[in-house]
Amino acid sequence: MKTLLSGNEAIARGAYEAGVTVATAYPGTPSTEIVETIAQYDEIYSEWAPNEKVALEVGIGASIAGARVLVAMKHVGVNVAADPLLTFSYTGVNGGLVLVSAEDPGMHSSQNEQDNRYYAKFAKIPMLEPSDSQEAKDMVKMAFAMSETFDTPVMIRTTTRIAHSQTPVELEERQEVGIKEYVKDPKKYVMIPAYGRMRHRFVEERRLRLEKESEASPWNRIEWGDRSIGIITSGINYQYVKEVLGHASILKIGMVNPLPKQMIIDFVSRVDKVYVVEDLEPFIEEQVKSWGLKVTGKEIFPRTGEFSPELIAEKILGSAAVKEAAAAVSEDIPVRPPVLCPGCPHRGMYYVINKLKLKVTGDIGCYTLGALPPLEAMDSCICMGASIGTALGMEKARGEEFSRNLVAVIGDSTFMHSGITGLLDVVYNKGTTTTIILDNRTTAMTGHQDHPGTGYTVKKEETVEVDLAQLVKALGIRRVVEVDPYDLEKVEAVLKKETRAAEPSVIIAKRSCALLDKSSRPAMVIDQDKCTGCKRCMKLGCPAIALDGERVSINYTQCNGCELCTQVCRFDAIEKAGEQ
Amino acid sequence: MKPVDILIVGVGGQGTVLASKILAQVGLDMDVTVKVSEIHGMSQRGGSVVTQVRFGQEVHSPIIQKGHANVILAFEKLEALRWMSYLAADGQMIVNDQELDPMPVIIGAAEYPEGIIDKLQDALNNVTVVNALQLAEKAGNIKAVNVVLLGVLAKELDVPEKVWLKAIEKTVPPKFVEVNKRAFQLGFREAV
Repeated sequence: MKTLLSGNEAIARGAYEAGVTVATAYPGTPSTEIVETIAQYDEIYSEWAPNEKVALEVGIGASIAGARVLVAMKHVGVNVAADPLLTFSYTGVNGGLVLVSAEDPGMHSSQNEQDNRYYAKFAKIPMLEPSDSQEAKDMVKMAFAMSETFDTPVMIRTTTRIAHSQTPVELEERQEVGIKEYVKDPKKYVMIPAYGRMRHRFVEERRLRLEKESEASPWNRIEWGDRSIGIITSGINYQYVKEVLGHASILKIGMVNPLPKQMIIDFVSRVDKVYVVEDLEPFIEEQVKSWGLKVTGKEIFPRTGEFSPELIAEKILGSAAVKEAAAAVSEDIPVRPPVLCPGCPHRGMYYVINKLKLKVTGDIGCYTLGALPPLEAMDSCICMGASIGTALGMEKARGEEFSRNLVAVIGDSTFMHSGITGLLDVVYNKGTTTTIILDNRTTAMTGHQDHPGTGYTVKKEETVEVDLAQLVKALGIRRVVEVDPYDLEKVEAVLKKETRAAEPSVIIAKRSCALLDKSSRPAMVIDQDKCTGCKRCMKLGCPAIALDGERVSINYTQCNGCELCTQVCRFDAIEKAGEQ
Repeated sequence: MKPVDILIVGVGGQGTVLASKILAQVGLDMDVTVKVSEIHGMSQRGGSVVTQVRFGQEVHSPIIQKGHANVILAFEKLEALRWMSYLAADGQMIVNDQELDPMPVIIGAAEYPEGIIDKLQDALNNVTVVNALQLAEKAGNIKAVNVVLLGVLAKELDVPEKVWLKAIEKTVPPKFVEVNKRAFQLGFREAV
């Protein structure tokens, strides 16, 4: 029987069916649901690692010890894990290891749109790219066999539209493959230069074998159609091409590294005009052109953003091929950017930061939304964990005085991920930076995953709850203050005091994410007789507060009753519904 | 059942994802090929969200092209206007008569367009306007707006009512099944 699975769920199912016994990840859109789903299988040890580098290292250990392992992360997570990855390519595996890189063309929920196909080429390891959930599941299973046959980690690349689209999948039984024997083998697993040199020669020899494998791979196939037009494509774009150019001849590439060179040469020679349809970088196109073949790619297709069926139709067939809509939108429609939720504990902190006119080095999480109007409380945001190092760099460039009006803002999960080392640098190199840890007790943006500070594992088992205050004290921070971000007066007092201090300090703003806080509070209402229309409450950037002409009101369907607006109102005009 | 492409649009947090889950379950029970595409992560925090559901014998792309949607189920008026160009010439727009101000409107950087329902009715042949919030309140939970709207959608699709109710049972947590069934039936029977 077929069942509907997202690409992520299908990858999880593939891991289960392939006999995987260890799975590890750090949450990141669009990869999160992979290990979240695997965690439901009792047969598989699963974990949220503190970051992607640790996740891959745990995976490497499990592989060397003989288990089949799946490791999952978003595209930028592979940057964090790149150090072990590039050398793990040398050692190869014992039990098979599959690394899923979930990428985000169009940046639905990411800070960049890097193309990780280059990582596979860089590490000289195979990469498979599914076009739907069925392929995702089947490829995972085959990737484990390939990993063990070729003694290599195997990457699987998905994009948002594969990861988060649900398509039919045929389920199969799990195959128990057991654990392989563990034998100490330093020449394979201890990468000192003498052994590394030997393994590098192995990697080059393996690369040649993989090139042959790609020519024979069932994932690379030609669907002959109209010979006047040939399309080379992979991933979700294969589906788009089938939708709008179903008549064309299509070379569908499922094994994107290494490419099936001879198959591509044959294909190009047998069709009149060839297009390479690939998101982001000309990964396939440049290689094909380097073989002296004539194809069209980035001359007509963008390197930025996500493709769509109509974009492909328009670029290849012209705008006449795009169907007329029932009606076009003629006016400017206000954009609807994401916002901090009503009742979000981050809102109060940003309100006070703005009141004190502080500069903010930001980080990656829900609180990044504080960068948008009306809060606009962020000066920089680069990658996971960057806020603290960036703040220290600013202080070292412009002097301590500058640091008196500067804070680093980072979430609890992000701090565990890669903020600790930044803070260590602040202490060690005599910085005076103030770091605010927005501790909402979860990894919120990706959908509320546990982390070392929550006291629960991915399987919801109780575990040690890392104490943030004790942790930062152990790093050498002497000024550590905990504060409830709903208490604006206290937050302001603490912020003033700690930014003034000529030594490093950490403020832990502790309150559960509003979406996890199940206590029901009455919505607030504005007493229109008392309201002067000063709009001070609107500086909170709360989506529940609406402006209707000059009249300010609260949308009861949105309000979560956090009472921040009551605290900022100078006219006592905002009260709980039912109390007026 | 006939092939159909449905776009569900709304504001993050309105429950579009649950609506698409129920809808997908209906497709599975009707034995058609189903593909669903949604976006998780940032946009779910109060942003403009879209979920695409395609039913048919052979479906390739999980996303719907502009001008191809048979039905747009809009949870909010402004989102109906934003996604209108995805509707096919003979398509059906079902719009919840609810206004949720986006942040640029709240802070006065943009204006919420006036008379959206009139504009939709002028531009499109088939528009159904629903006060889903009122019906959800009547059902007993303002969060059931999504399932009220599914009830309205159900009238457009060639699927027996019992298949819908079964899909709700399979998809919704047990303690919310009854309120959601009530919400569905209010949308199915009472909405204009």
